Amino acid sequence: MNIEAIVFYLFSAITIIAAIGVITVKNSVQAVLCLVLTFFSASALWLLLEAEFLAITLVLVYVGAVMVLFLFVVMMLDVDFAALKQGFAKQLPLGLLVGFALFGAVYWVIRSQVFGTDKIPEPAKHEQGYSNVEELGRLLYGEYFYPFEIAGVILLVAIIAAISLTFRGRRERKGQSVREQHRVTKEERLKIVSMDSEEQYADMEITDTKQDEETTL
Amino acid sequence: MDLMQLFIEGFWVIIKIAMILLPLVLAVAYTTYAERKLIGYMQMRLGPNRVGPKGWLQPIADVVKLLMKEVIVPSGANKTLFLLAPILFIAPSLAAWAVVPFDAELVLANTNAGLIYLLAMTSIAIYGVIIAGWASNSRYALIGSLRSASQIVSYEIAMGFALVAVLMAGGSMNLGDIVEAQSGSILHWFWIPLLPILAVYWISGVAETNRAPFDLPEGESEIVAGFHVEYAGMAFALFFLAEYANMILISVLTALFFFGGWLNPFQGVPYLEAATNWVPGTIWLLFKAAFFLFGMIWLRATFPRYRYDQIMRLGWKVFIPVTVIWLIILTFWIKFEWGWWFDGRGLVATPGVL
Repeated sequence: MNIEAIVFYLFSAITIIAAIGVITVKNSVQAVLCLVLTFFSASALWLLLEAEFLAITLVLVYVGAVMVLFLFVVMMLDVDFAALKQGFAKQLPLGLLVGFALFGAVYWVIRSQVFGTDKIPEPAKHEQGYSNVEELGRLLYGEYFYPFEIAGVILLVAIIAAISLTFRGRRERKGQSVREQHRVTKEERLKIVSMDSEEQYADMEITDTKQDEETTL
Repeated sequence: MDLMQLFIEGFWVIIKIAMILLPLVLAVAYTTYAERKLIGYMQMRLGPNRVGPKGWLQPIADVVKLLMKEVIVPSGANKTLFLLAPILFIAPSLAAWAVVPFDAELVLANTNAGLIYLLAMTSIAIYGVIIAGWASNSRYALIGSLRSASQIVSYEIAMGFALVAVLMAGGSMNLGDIVEAQSGSILHWFWIPLLPILAVYWISGVAETNRAPFDLPEGESEIVAGFHVEYAGMAFALFFLAEYANMILISVLTALFFFGGWLNPFQGVPYLEAATNWVPGTIWLLFKAAFFLFGMIWLRATFPRYRYDQIMRLGWKVFIPVTVIWLIILTFWIKFEWGWWFDGRGLVATPGVL
């Protein structure tokens, strides 16, 4: 067994254990962190395949952005776990059925008759100077230019649709307008009063004022 | 691969990592000293001057104090996550140094995806902040971590776009290649064609490291100390260490991306270049980085804290449009080879197009 196989089995084991952890741990914040660990070890597996760009993009997009928002939402939720678990036993047969059906479908696609080592040869190792980034760019912006750009446009449409779905017209807020605040000039806010300079402290008759105070008291 | 050979290689990598991290930790310690002294002078005070001559041993005393203090875990806190958070915060900020080149040959991992690796590392440090705030089971900490999370997520977009501009100008994701692309003279560095990007990148960097004037996550006048309010002793020291390591990292990266990294600033000047050729590139890089580090400390002594809506407005409504517009301008700049920065990269180089 060479080093690569050891690393592969290590990270596969972490991926599977973390993925199981996502659905078994009680605390929802810990479940999200398990999912983060799953993504991390999956990206390590991609690194093994010499796909360093995709691996780091997986960390950047899913771990750095998507899961942060997930964690944000889950942290703010006030979930009643007892209520969540109430229908667990009742729904178990249906859940098992769906689970097995999904597993069967996935297995049917990636079983060894389709993806076995005899069907698909082991990918050749690239030499030292091979750049995964450049190869990917060449494919995306060369061979698959139109599908790539169309996918980009579809995503843009989805973003605009999401914004317009949540946009409920102008709201009258009492917030500060930063633009108006920037336009404020000194003359509007500051009044400079010219006055004679005060007398020196030493010259003032301290005793007199003290006596005055005493008399008023 | 032979197991013995693997062991030796692994040992060498560990030595290299130690050679980066030990000076980094020392630099962090003395950055805190420099900051306290500088802000002291800026505010007509003396700063620390009791421990050792001129207070030089002050950071050592601070470290010893932090090491001796007890790590207190609040009774309502989630203990595992509470102790995990500082580690999650400091690990990415140290890991990011793996791809930073200190000289033409002096780099731990000369990877082709260095730029995106840096972006990934700076973006996952946020987990430490969020988990610290949540696991502390304290309102101030939670508010601080929410502020920090939204701030980092917002400024990361501007920072990502700024790095896209750097990537376009440098024509590579490898940090070493980006620096080499600026070779020539001080006028060949990317600070001229990328001037607005430089401003956006540096200010986003200040915002991402939660430094003043963007230090809302720890705004002591409102929420005590923000996300690390419940931490004491070594656990707090890790947050502190990571923040200063991030400051140094942002300064070094600004020098690498826009100011020619390890390149000699007198390159191309007739006599000065020959006279300064003996200076190692690392020294130039550290000088340039020190300039930006000083800038960060200067900012803290100068500006009052931003209001929350001002921070969000600056990130989303100012920086992101500026970077997007500059990306379009830069495309034309490169394709038409204006000036001398992008020779041989544009349409002029490919015959038959123009």
